[in-house]
Amino acid sequence: MKRSIPIFITFVSAVIMIVFYFLNQDIESVKKFQAGILNWVSIIAAFALLLGIFNLLFVNFYKLRRFNKDSIYSLVLIVSFLTITISGLVDDTSATYSWMFENMLRPLSSTMFSLLAFYVASAAFRAFRAKTKEATFLLVAAFIVMLGRVPVGAMIWGKIPLISNWIMAYPAASAQSAIMIGAALGAVSVSLKIILGIEKTYLGGEE
Amino acid sequence: MKQKVLLFSLFQLRFYSSAFATEAEEQISNSFFQVSRIPVLLGLIILCGLILYCIQIAKKGQYIFIRKIAGLNAIDDALGRATEMGKPVLYVPGIMEISDLQTLASISILGHIAKKTACYETDLYVPNRDPLVFSTAQEVVKESYLAAGRPDAFNENMVEYLTTDQFGYVAGVNGYMVREEPAANFYLGGFYAESLLLAETGNAVGAIQVAGTAIPSQIPFFISACDYTLIGEELYAAGAYLSDDPRSKGSLKGQDMGKLAIMVVTILLILFNIVYNMNISSGNDSSEGLLGKTFNVLESGMKGE
Repeated sequence: MKRSIPIFITFVSAVIMIVFYFLNQDIESVKKFQAGILNWVSIIAAFALLLGIFNLLFVNFYKLRRFNKDSIYSLVLIVSFLTITISGLVDDTSATYSWMFENMLRPLSSTMFSLLAFYVASAAFRAFRAKTKEATFLLVAAFIVMLGRVPVGAMIWGKIPLISNWIMAYPAASAQSAIMIGAALGAVSVSLKIILGIEKTYLGGEE
Repeated sequence: MKQKVLLFSLFQLRFYSSAFATEAEEQISNSFFQVSRIPVLLGLIILCGLILYCIQIAKKGQYIFIRKIAGLNAIDDALGRATEMGKPVLYVPGIMEISDLQTLASISILGHIAKKTACYETDLYVPNRDPLVFSTAQEVVKESYLAAGRPDAFNENMVEYLTTDQFGYVAGVNGYMVREEPAANFYLGGFYAESLLLAETGNAVGAIQVAGTAIPSQIPFFISACDYTLIGEELYAAGAYLSDDPRSKGSLKGQDMGKLAIMVVTILLILFNIVYNMNISSGNDSSEGLLGKTFNVLESGMKGE
């Protein structure tokens, strides 16, 4: 019963969604149904957020109580969480809330994101080492594409940007399309297995 | 002779397509069905039919050959390495919601990996970005430990919810990698800008890394920074590949049959396009004649017009 009911709900919901996809979207009842589904999604998302908040606090209070070397992180999390939540609830346009968002959260996110530039350089260095025939091919193609994207490429030879665009438009795009078609087929297969109850791992436990 | 056969086939194709399109155009305004989506429905029926047929064959016990996927075979090696080194295993189920199929595929793989870490008595850590993915992952890991006969080895802290903030999540996972130095890292699911941040940090701490995503823009990053990468469909196939259930294996075969059907259709369309272009270059009007009209009907059908 623990598994049968969720599988039945999944099956019915999936069949309804598939049928509605093929119905005329201009019909009033179809529009109403879609609006209803969106409301359901919002309600479930709101409960999910609450679940996340309570779980986060519960786990970190528990860690703090047990007191070990990592407890300081839990303390930082609880204090930050309460400070930003209370300041936001009191007045979401308050100076404290804005200050914390602009001067603490945003710089931290930007710092993490900016690290990407360095990581790209180190990953590219590893990927472009011409150890094999394929790697050499990749290196040459990447070099042409990069050169075609900067003004100096056109200054060296006027056709470099054209070759660069051709590489992106044909070999790269066709490889990408192949991956996307394969992924779409895989997605259909997984969906079908979930709808028919063959794939049940997401419910927890046995396959 | 061959050209005549080809032209006759194209004529038939054009006849049926144009008849179908004309009827459809008349009914489109009042129809309860979205006529432009009928080709999608046909494709879906064919693909689902193939998958269901292969599942039935597999259920009857017929042998099904499945090609080796290096990334999935490497999972056991990675877990073995972590066990030998006495270091933990890190499993990142992506940053997408539970409604995303990549996440569901990833959760399925997590079940298999959790069973093995339970058997090998290796520590497992699963940080999550989405609250619903977190609760699902927690349940899956818990049940896997139970199924492996090691419920005592399960620890609530194995599966954690970190934050919904993308880079906050990266900071949390990277911090764990640097502190604990896991021996095996798995990044399976939907990833965006954080893919390289995670994979490069994992590479720097010397972990064996297996990644997989269906997002094409992130695949090159994983390929350059990880030891094994599941590309697109391989991520979806992983659950079935690792499973002993013949129905799952059958669905995998059906998926491959669908791919074969698409390849055949693609090749036919390429040939058709070549013939069409040859017709234009010989001086005929592109929108007139048998080929021109057929091509236009097919083109508008594919665009859903």
